[in-house]
Amino acid sequence: MSSSASVDCITQSGSGLKERNYLGLSDCSSVDSSAVSNVSEENKNNLNLKATELRLGLPGSRSPERDSDFTLLSSGKLDEKQLFPLLPSKDGICSLMQKSVISGNKRGFSDTVDGFSEIKSSVFTEGKWMFNATGSDSGTPQSVVEAKLAGSAGINMILSNNSSGAQPSMKKEVPTRALQEGHNKINGSNNNNSAPAAKAQVVGWPPIRSFRKNTLATTLKTNDEVDGKTVPGALFVKVSMDGAPYLRKVDLRTYSTYQELSSALEKMFMCFTIRQCGSQEAPGREMLGENKFKDLVHGSDYVLTFEDKDGDWMLVGDVPWEMFIESCKRLKIMKGSDAIGLAPRATEKPKNQN
Amino acid sequence: MVNYFPEEVLEHVFSFLTSHRDRNAVSLVCKSWYNVERFSRGKVFIGNCYAISPERLISRFPRVRSLTLKGKPHFADFNLVLHDWGGYVYPWIEAMAKGCTNLEELRLKRMLVSDASLELIAKSFPNFKSLVLVSCEGFTTDGLAAIASNCRFLRELDLQENEVEDPRGQWLSCFPDSCTSLASLNFACLKGEVNLAALERLVARCRNLKSLRLNHAVPPDVLQKILARAPQLVDLGAGSFVHDPESETYNKLKNVMQKCTSIRSLSGFLDVNARCLPAIYPICINLSSLNLSYAPGIYSKELVKLIRKCKKLQCLWILDTIGDKGLSVVASACKELQELRVFKSDPNDVGNAAVTEEGLVAISAGCPNLNSLLYFCRQMTNTALITVAKNCPNFIRFRLCTLDPITPDAVTMQPLDNGFGAIVQSCKGLKRLSVSGLLTDQVFLYIGMYAEQLEMLSIAFAGNSDKGMVYVLNGCKKLKKLEIRDSPFGNMALLADTGKYETMRSLWMSSCKVTFGACKSLAEKMPRLNVEIINEGDEMEGGSDDRQNVEKMYLYRTLVGPRKDAPDSVWTL
Repeated sequence: MSSSASVDCITQSGSGLKERNYLGLSDCSSVDSSAVSNVSEENKNNLNLKATELRLGLPGSRSPERDSDFTLLSSGKLDEKQLFPLLPSKDGICSLMQKSVISGNKRGFSDTVDGFSEIKSSVFTEGKWMFNATGSDSGTPQSVVEAKLAGSAGINMILSNNSSGAQPSMKKEVPTRALQEGHNKINGSNNNNSAPAAKAQVVGWPPIRSFRKNTLATTLKTNDEVDGKTVPGALFVKVSMDGAPYLRKVDLRTYSTYQELSSALEKMFMCFTIRQCGSQEAPGREMLGENKFKDLVHGSDYVLTFEDKDGDWMLVGDVPWEMFIESCKRLKIMKGSDAIGLAPRATEKPKNQN
Repeated sequence: MVNYFPEEVLEHVFSFLTSHRDRNAVSLVCKSWYNVERFSRGKVFIGNCYAISPERLISRFPRVRSLTLKGKPHFADFNLVLHDWGGYVYPWIEAMAKGCTNLEELRLKRMLVSDASLELIAKSFPNFKSLVLVSCEGFTTDGLAAIASNCRFLRELDLQENEVEDPRGQWLSCFPDSCTSLASLNFACLKGEVNLAALERLVARCRNLKSLRLNHAVPPDVLQKILARAPQLVDLGAGSFVHDPESETYNKLKNVMQKCTSIRSLSGFLDVNARCLPAIYPICINLSSLNLSYAPGIYSKELVKLIRKCKKLQCLWILDTIGDKGLSVVASACKELQELRVFKSDPNDVGNAAVTEEGLVAISAGCPNLNSLLYFCRQMTNTALITVAKNCPNFIRFRLCTLDPITPDAVTMQPLDNGFGAIVQSCKGLKRLSVSGLLTDQVFLYIGMYAEQLEMLSIAFAGNSDKGMVYVLNGCKKLKKLEIRDSPFGNMALLADTGKYETMRSLWMSSCKVTFGACKSLAEKMPRLNVEIINEGDEMEGGSDDRQNVEKMYLYRTLVGPRKDAPDSVWTL
């Protein structure tokens, strides 16, 4: 959670918004921002993101520059290339192709025919992942060539991108951040915890049959409304923690024991507790967080309480799990000192630094 | 030499040909084969009801017994097509009622079916045996009542995902006591009440009943009674599965379930209390098909517990509540899995899909026989797709839907071109592909190069230029249906190879960059295509500008010219 929040900070600062350090996680954010900028460095050479940025506007409102002079992606993305070479990248072939390319950037498909048949045999024989032209092509040479014209034209273009000088029309690449910004403007769902406000609702997307949409929506509604024995739906309750700037929600139905719930809450609220513990401990942050939190929860610093149907605040853990989820309306992680008045907890672990 | 065979011999030989493609091929050999074939053809498949007229169908195939018709374009499922665009079945039934009364089977998809049509079927075809309606609308349970009352030899009534009005709810009691022939009854999509006593009696007297799918109005105690009467069921759709696990009913249900050892396919659970699922555990080991995609009440833990027991599962439809971890369990338990569909659990919540590329990779690693996929996910990566392509080279249908239609590779932020490229390169038998995520023209280059068997391609928010579409049109020789939305393909692509469209069933383009003028010139050039422009509002009022972009265009090949039943908002150019 902390890393995505820091990515939030970064993208927001990129688009001109003020970066706010809500969680006081100055350490994390510097680590993550360097990671992000590394990625954007890598990608600079490979993407023409302006052209790929989609705007969900009215028809005809798309800017005209999108489809002219578009630079196809080079096939030089190293990791994927090693895993799965889709197009030839051997130097020999490059130079062969270069010959036919340089003579005309804008040739039509028919012009590439001759070049293609030369290239075909050398290009498509390497490795099991390469297109096996000889095996699968049957029928007249002409039809084969026709079928592959698209391929050859594309190859010409791709390889001409590889040769740096040959494409005067190559567009200036825009770094990843811009894509993310544009992306977030359109549709902020890249970030897991983003607010829905930034999203553009698109008609017919995701493509789910209306019947299914309507049926599931009705079923969900019915489940939420029904009380008593027949409650199968999700049971979301708010979880607040003293000192945390925002609340969380958990679905009690996804847990079946108190242990599970408390581990899940630990994970959720760990970042808050790290801050408050201070940083005296040497070992890894995760270990610090977990142990600390457990100590905090089981110790006298924090207790988990819930508000029941009658509005009373109770200590979590006294009643059987099933009964607990039936009556729990919200959860609160309270400071131990505020929890006086609820049943006192025996602390086995010795108190830590705090 | 072949002409010396008497026709009876040819006919006998042809009787072994069931696929309509084989029969189509055979009929092209020579005139005598054409004639023998056409008189012996019993089943006809018409992928676009406007490609041919019912009269011509009947004159060519006078002895047709089974007719399959499809109406609206696929994107109609997602509210992209007007309700009254077309696809009326009535003219077909009318024509068949006059010229071909030995019709026995009718299968319709995305068509408008009125009660009058159903009543006409019920009256006109004495041997009528099977009615299958998928994603149709326009009828009510009154029409069903007519079918139930009059079709004396009805074997199959299968209603899948239809929108049906239910004014009276008594259609089930219209099956006469003499009706004992039902083998398959599916009314899961009906929203209303049914006469439960009539249902029980019907099940009791139809000893051949193999497939029964109930709607939510059938409570568990009735389910228990039904199962007790019909332990021979092979396919069960439970309606309501909500009851107190402590109750007597539940106990009875558990006992009865154990005896249903023939059940191979399970679905429904439209209302469910997850704590009652253990009643199903005894039959899990026999299941080859499980559809829990309408059961949002089963959360991940319970889902996993259940699926883990289904060791022989071949087909699984579930909601994304299963999560990536749950999919790992599926991968380790269901080694024979061939088809997987993971749907969004809350279709109106655009924010949170609960599965990612990890779940898909896990499945591909555990289930090498996977050949059909529909996957709604939050994110995807090229690496994952490449891995999936390596693990599962047998895909016939691969449909990926990312929540955000233009999301890039979640790790590298690159387009997903290479990932899908790997899929088409590896899966040589791929017939159907839906792509999503950030995609450039590159992916279409790959598709054109490698997807030789591709018949249907769905594109949304992808590509950069006309070249993308041209790669596909040039490369995919077997392409039958191409549907594109919100992509920057324009006139150059549309007009690049106009002859291609006669080899295809249809092309849909919406929110692209195709202009009115280009559509007109295409229509002029190709008289055997219907080029339809669908107008939603008042875009095209009074003198349309040729340079204006067309919002929705649907073109399809046809032998019968422009249709006469189009509403005002649909122009055939």
